[in-house]
Amino acid sequence: MLQARGLAVARATLSGARAEAGKGYAFIERNWYLTKRYWAWEAVWVTYNIVNALSVTFIAASAGQISGQRFSPALLNQFVVYLAIGTAIWTYISVVFDQVTETVTMERWEGTIEYTFMAPVSRLTHMFGTCAFALLHGFALTAVQLLVMGAFFHMDLSHAAWGAAVVIMLAGSISLIGLGTISAILPMLFTERGAQMAYIIRAIILLISGVYYPITVLPGWLQVFSHISPATYMLEGLRLSIQQGKSVVALWPDIWPLLICGVVSVPLGLYIFNRAERFAKRTGRLKRNG
Amino acid sequence: MAILKDELTTPTRPETVTLPERRTSLISAAELADLDNHDALAIRRVSKRFVKHGGRSWLPFGLAGARRPKVVRAVEDVSLTIRRREIVGVLGSNGSGKSTLIRLISTLLIPDAGSVEVFGHDVAREERAVQRLINRVSVEAAFFRKLSPMENLLYSARLYGLPAREAREQINAILARLGIKPDRIGQPLESMSRGMQQKVAIARAFLTAPILLLLDEPTTGLDPRSKQDVQVFVRELRDTHDATILLTTHDMDEAEALCDRIAIIDGGRIVAEDTAEGLRRAVTARLGLDRPATLTEVFMAYTGRDWEQDEPEDEEDNEADDK
Repeated sequence: MLQARGLAVARATLSGARAEAGKGYAFIERNWYLTKRYWAWEAVWVTYNIVNALSVTFIAASAGQISGQRFSPALLNQFVVYLAIGTAIWTYISVVFDQVTETVTMERWEGTIEYTFMAPVSRLTHMFGTCAFALLHGFALTAVQLLVMGAFFHMDLSHAAWGAAVVIMLAGSISLIGLGTISAILPMLFTERGAQMAYIIRAIILLISGVYYPITVLPGWLQVFSHISPATYMLEGLRLSIQQGKSVVALWPDIWPLLICGVVSVPLGLYIFNRAERFAKRTGRLKRNG
Repeated sequence: MAILKDELTTPTRPETVTLPERRTSLISAAELADLDNHDALAIRRVSKRFVKHGGRSWLPFGLAGARRPKVVRAVEDVSLTIRRREIVGVLGSNGSGKSTLIRLISTLLIPDAGSVEVFGHDVAREERAVQRLINRVSVEAAFFRKLSPMENLLYSARLYGLPAREAREQINAILARLGIKPDRIGQPLESMSRGMQQKVAIARAFLTAPILLLLDEPTTGLDPRSKQDVQVFVRELRDTHDATILLTTHDMDEAEALCDRIAIIDGGRIVAEDTAEGLRRAVTARLGLDRPATLTEVFMAYTGRDWEQDEPEDEEDNEADDK
C-alpha cells in the first residue's frame, strides 16, 4: 500500500517536472524563432563582437611596438591568449545579459508581457528557459568569435586543460543565471529606461572582474568588489586552465566561489524577481510600452 | 435587434471546420466537476487606484516643485458576480475602468481593496490556480510581430502545457475555423491586417481552453465582417464549449447581441446591472418614454455622457508612469 502510494507520488512528481520542462522549452523555442527572424541583427552583433575582440587583442600583438621593449614569442603569445580569453568571456557575459534583459524589454515593446505573466508558469521555469537559451546563444557566439580570432592570431594552446575550462564555464554560468535574473528586473520595473540601466551592471562587471587586466592593478577598495564578482573567478579559472593547463583540483579555489555565487544568486535573483513582479502588479507596470 | 441575433447564430461563411474538442488535460475531471459549486467570477467591493507622478518626481526633498503625485481611481468599489456559462458585458466609455477590471481578474494587477475570485480561487493569493482557468483577448492584439501565427501560438500552447503535436493540430483547426488561410499561418504576423491579427489573438485564447474567457473590446476597430466572425465565434464558445465570458465593449449592439447581462461602468464604478431588456425597461420608465429606450439612451441615462465621449483620463495612461 505504502509502496503504491510512493510510486504514485513519484509518477506525479515526474509528470510535473516534465510539464515544467515543456513550459521552460517554450522560452527556448520562442527565442530561437526570434533569433532566426532577426537574423540581420544577429549578424550585426556577431560582427561587432568579433571586431571588438580583434581590436583589443591586437593591443597584445603590438605590445612590443607600444612599449619599445622586446618580447619573446612565448611572452607575446601569453599576452595574446590572455586578452583573447578576456574578450571571449566578455562576449559570453554580454550576450547572456543582453538576451535576458532584452527578452523582458521586447515583451514589453510587443505587449506580450501581459500574456507571459498571466500564463500558469512559475518564475523559476520562466527564468530557467530564458537563461538556458541565453547561455546556449552566448556559447555559440563565443565559439564563432574564437574561431575567427584563431585565423588572425597564432595562439599556442597546446597546454590547455579543456575539461577544466568546461567545468569553470559551467560553474560560472550558474551565477550568470542569477545575475541575469536580477538584471531582468530593471526593464520590468522601469518601462522605458530599464534596459539601459541593465548596462550599468554589465559595465561594473567589466571594470572590476579583470576582463582585460589583472584585478591587482585596481585600487584596493575596488578589488573588494572584484572578489564578489563571479566573472573574476571565471576569468581566472579559464586563464589558468587554458594558459597553464591547471586541472579541476588545482582550480578548486576558483570553482568553489563560483558555486557559492550560483547557489546564492539564483534563489536571490528569483526572490527579488518575485518581489519586483508583485510590486509591478500593485503599481500597474506590467503592460505594453511602445 | 432580434434580426441581428439571428444573423449572429447563422454564420454567413460556409463552415467546413468545426472547433476542436475542449482539451481538459490542464484541469482534472474532479476540478471540472467542482467548478459548478462556485460562481465563475465573484468580484467583491474591489478598488484599484494608481499614483500618477509628475515628470520630475525623481528629484528629492520636494525639488519637483508644485507637481504633486496625482491619485487616479481606476476602479472604485466594484462588485459583480458571474455564474458559469454566462456571457456578461461591461459597457463603458474609454477610461471608465473596463481594462483595469480585466487586468485585475487576469492576475496582472493586485487589488488595493476587496477581492476577486475565479471559481473560488483568489486572484492575489492563488494566482497559478486562477491562471489555469482563464485567458484573455485584449483590444490590441499583442504578439511577437516578426513571428508567424504558428510560432506565436505554439509558444502560448507550450506555456499552458499543451504538447507541440496536439498544439499544431489545434492551431491549424482553429485558425481555419476563423477564416485564416493555411498559407498565412507561417507568415510573420506583421504582414497581416488588424482584423486577422485579432482573430489570431482569439485563437490564442481558445487554444488554452479557458473556463473563463475575458474579452477586452475584442472587436474594436474591426471591419463589420471580421466583427461578425468574432461574435459568432464567441457565441459558439459558450454554446458548445461551456465557456463563461466577460466581455468589455463600448459597442451597444454587440453587448445586446451577445450578453445575458450588462453592467454599465462609469468613473470606475458599476452604475447599473441587469439584462438589456431590464435596463431598457428601467430607463423607459425613468425618462417617461412612450417607446422602449435604446441602449444608447440607457447608457446616457446612467452615465450622463454619450458612449463615444471618453472619460477625462485614459486609464491606460494612469498605470505605470515611472519610466
